[in-house]
Order: sequence, then structure tokens, then C-alpha cells
Amino acid sequence: MSQVLTGTTAAQEEKSHTPLVEAMLRLHKNRTAMAGLVIVGIFVFLALFGPLIAPHDPLEQSLYNKLKPPVWDARGSMSFFLGTDDFGRDLLSRLIHGARISMLVGVVSVSISLFFGTIAGAVAGFYRGWVDVIIMRVMDILLAFPSILLAIVIVAFLGPSLENAMIAIGIVSIPRYARIVRGSVLEEYSKDYVQAARALGASDFRLIFQHILPNCLAPLIVQTTLGFASAILEAAALSFLGLGAQPPTPEWGAMLAGGRALILRAWWVVTFPGITILLAVLGFNLLGDGLRDALDPRLRD
Amino acid sequence: MLGISVLVFFMIHLVPGDPAEMMLGERANEKALTELRQQLGLDKPLYVQYGLFMSRLAQGDLGRALRTNEKITTEIATHFPATLELALVAIVFAVTLGMLAGIVSATRQYSLFDYGSMVLSLIGVSMPIFWLGLVLMIIFSVNLGWLPLSGRLSYDITLEPVTNLYLIDSIIQGNWAAFKDALHHIIMPAFTLSTIPMAIIARMTRSSMLEVLRQDYIRTAKAKGLSPRAVHYKHALRNALIPIVTIIGLQFSILLGGAILTETIFAWPGIGSWLLNAVYARDFNAVQGGTMLIATLFVLINVLVDLLYAVINPRIKV
Repeated sequence: MSQVLTGTTAAQEEKSHTPLVEAMLRLHKNRTAMAGLVIVGIFVFLALFGPLIAPHDPLEQSLYNKLKPPVWDARGSMSFFLGTDDFGRDLLSRLIHGARISMLVGVVSVSISLFFGTIAGAVAGFYRGWVDVIIMRVMDILLAFPSILLAIVIVAFLGPSLENAMIAIGIVSIPRYARIVRGSVLEEYSKDYVQAARALGASDFRLIFQHILPNCLAPLIVQTTLGFASAILEAAALSFLGLGAQPPTPEWGAMLAGGRALILRAWWVVTFPGITILLAVLGFNLLGDGLRDALDPRLRD
Repeated sequence: MLGISVLVFFMIHLVPGDPAEMMLGERANEKALTELRQQLGLDKPLYVQYGLFMSRLAQGDLGRALRTNEKITTEIATHFPATLELALVAIVFAVTLGMLAGIVSATRQYSLFDYGSMVLSLIGVSMPIFWLGLVLMIIFSVNLGWLPLSGRLSYDITLEPVTNLYLIDSIIQGNWAAFKDALHHIIMPAFTLSTIPMAIIARMTRSSMLEVLRQDYIRTAKAKGLSPRAVHYKHALRNALIPIVTIIGLQFSILLGGAILTETIFAWPGIGSWLLNAVYARDFNAVQGGTMLIATLFVLINVLVDLLYAVINPRIKV
């Protein structure tokens, strides 16, 4: 391998890469994607190691320290960098702990929609006919609702909690994945390699999951990344409405809801959770856009 | 539509919780509960209930709200104009500002303006609008005192309702004080609501325009000496419109969903906040009716957008 590398020019070198490496290289050149990757990386880091970094316990109340402004304000103090809320809880620590919750929301709800969406889409695209019609009709019905409305209705009747919010958000985005997978499966189905595998006696299950799906991965990866962005945003919205995470959980949307009554007195309690949500969503959106350019140039808008 | 009704109905009825018990409270006696269930038709099997629901729906009857015992259609009718007004103003904001930013960005690709507006639109797409609304309130109501904090109209201003779209009502009646007041009230919520659609429209306009500007007939138009303005607006924009209109049509779902959040923040008495209150009160009749209505509206708008294509692009026949 090293022999090959030293003897070739850069152009040839690129040719010898696997598609994966090539995509990584293209991703690396895309500045917005790298910015997204950095932001996402920070949030993942906070989610993993948050409790070690956070200066305070996110639930620790202190009436003596309530509504302290951020450190750059004359009344602020170094130990509460971004200030405190009306219970004297450290805002920064709560935001850091919130990263863990939002990432969890992303993982769980995206997994739900990815799992069911992929199966539904693959089955619809593979068997076609009436199976396809029924599955896609159900998906169309789900799509007939603004997603946040459907999520609200689902949560309202399951009962407001973070778990139910994750389930609701997961259900709401199933059609997006189903559509993508179905389209790709329809496209791949007629190709020679599928027919060859079939001629060799591969079962339907094997055909779908071993042969066809790996070739549909690119758009799925893009959608998964963008799905994280919308899951985080929708979960924050649900929590803000009191239908997701319940106080005193340090969830960003719930923190915003708690700060609503304070907008006249303490701007920081409202401002920082919002910026954090915005940054996290922006990071995943940037990364998703960049991945789309890198993995699937056809999809570029 | 049938599918929507099935989904709404069964989703709401299959979840645990007894509406009769909710209405009368936990300590209600068994006899009253049974009576109320009978009255509401809750004692019948589900498919019978669904049949009843559908037959009433066909007659335009969505039942009564369990909280207020008002007809749901009446409640929706009183709250709907507020949402409509908000959504219309928001879409006007989104389309004018979004398209303008997109067009200027496309005609001056890689300029400072282009970078600036594309960065802004990326942020706009990721915006938690419920937060943006609060920030706008802090800036413009609390600190600057320019705009009112919430609601549709100040208490000291009266307006005879005609269409219940306050901006239009006040113009009809020549009530300029009311018009100014209503305008002041609607600016912040409408802007908040328009953020995400505006960003999406700006991005779509830019890419669609760039695509068209590369075409040969644009070069021809430039070569024959037309002013850049004529080329951009007469030749390019018209051909770039189709994907833009599609995107604008799709924004209504975001608007209707966003209206729930925006109306809650600004205490805007529309369908969104009404529906949310119904959710809090577990008023399943109202939730069912409101959801049906919004989903129906959404489907209708999509049909309308499809029809609009034919107007813009004569090659597509409906």
C-alpha cells in the first residue's frame, strides 16, 4: 500500500480510495459541514462528559444565589458563569446537563423513526402492489398533519413526559424515512446484482437487508443527521409547551418555559437556553447539508 | 380524508382515560358517570361511535367542546380568523423578504450580501421560534417599549367585527387608530412565525434563480442589450418561480404548526392556542375537531398549490 501511495500523484491517489474514504475527503473540504461537525462534536462531548465538566449540580437550589446575572454583569459572580435562575440553580450546569437529554432525545426518536420507516419503506418498495399502496397511504395520512401538531396530539393522550415526547417525535417522522427507503429500493430492485442474488436463491429478507439496503445508505445517513436537528427542536418545543420533559429536569425547552415569566427581570434565563437549542440544531443541519453534498451529489439543492 | 378521520378518531379514542370521569371529577358517583357516558355515546362500541362521528361530520357537525359545551364549529369559527390573519401576514413577510433576499443573493453571487443572507437563512432554518418570540418581546416590548407584549388589540380600542380579520375590519370602517393598534400587535408574532418559511424561501429562491441564470436564453437576453433588471425579473424570475411556489405551498404546514407555538407565546387568541388549551384540558372532542380541521386545511392548501402550478407554468395541465 505504501509503495502505491509514494509512486502516485494526488489525482491517482484519490482514485484508489474506497467510496467511504472519498466521501470523507469531500466532507473534509466542505467548510459548512466541518463547522457543523465541530458543533455536533462539542455537544456530543458535553453529553458524554457533562457531569464531570459542569461546575454545579443542575438541580442544586440556592435561594441566596437566585437570579444572579452572568459573570460580565457587575452583579455577576465567577462561580455562576451564565448566571442563575429563579431557584438559584446554575444556568451553565443546567445547559451542559441538557445536552445529554437532547442527544438522548435525538438518538431515541431518530432510532424509532429510522427503524420503522426503513422497514415500512423497504417492504413497500420491495413487494409493491397493494402492500405498497396501503403502507404509503398510511404514510401520506401521517404527513397530512403538521408534525408538531401530530406530536402534540400523541403526547397529549399518552400523557406529558419526556419518554412520550420522544415516542411522539419518532412516530411523526417515520414517513420521511419510509419515503426515502421506498424510493431507493424501487430504484435498486431492477438492477442486475439484485436479480443475480435472487437467482442464487437469496431469501427476500436477505435480498432486502443484505443486498439492497446497503446501497440506499447515503440518503438515509443524510436524513438521519437532519432528523437529529428536527428531533431536538421538536422535543424542545414540546417541553416548552409543558408536554415533554417536566421541571426540574434541565431540558432546554423546559428551561425556556420556566424563564418565560422572568423576561421582565432576568433576560439571561431565557436567552441562553434558546441560543443553546439554536446552536445544537444548527450544527446538525450544517452537518446534514454537508453530508448530502459529500455522499450524494445528485441531491444537492 | 377518510384516512385522516380514522387516524384522528382512533388515536384519540384508543388511549386510556375516561372523558366522562374527567368532566365530572374523580369523586363523581357512578350513576352520573353512566348517564354522561350515555349522553356522549361513549357506552357504544367504538365502530358505532366512529359511524356517528362520521355522519355528524358529513353534516358539518363536530360535536360540542367538553369544557365549554359550545359547539366546536362555533368555537373554531371564532378563533380561526385570528390564526388566518396571523398566517397571512406571516406568509407575506416570508415571501417578500425571503424572495427578495434570494433574488439579490443570486444576482450577486459570492458577494457580502450573499454570504450574509445565506448564513442568516441557515440560522433561520434552525430557529426555535418559541425562543425567538421571547427574545423579540424582551427587545421590543420590555426594553424599547415599541410594541405591545401580547394579544391582538389593546383593551381601550373597540372594533366592530365584520370579517374578524382586524386589519381588514379597521380599514373597512376607516378606524385608523384600531388599524395602527392591530398592526402593532401583529408585527412581532407574524415575524416570529415567518422566520423558518422565510429562510427556506430565501434559500430556494437563490438556488432556483442561479439555476435559471445559467441558461442560454438569459445570455441571449443580456446580449440583446436588455437591462439587468429586465433580465432578472422578466426572464429569470418567471422561470425560477415553479420550485419557489412549491416550497411556499409546503410552508403552510410549518405555519400551522408554528402557529401553535407563536400563539401560545403572544397570547394570540387563535386556533393554535385554542387547540393547545383543549389538549391541556383533555377535551377530546375539541382536539378531534381541531385536528381534523387543520389536517383538512392542509390537504386543501396542497391541492390549491397544485392548481397554481398550471397558472404559472402553462405546460402543466391539471
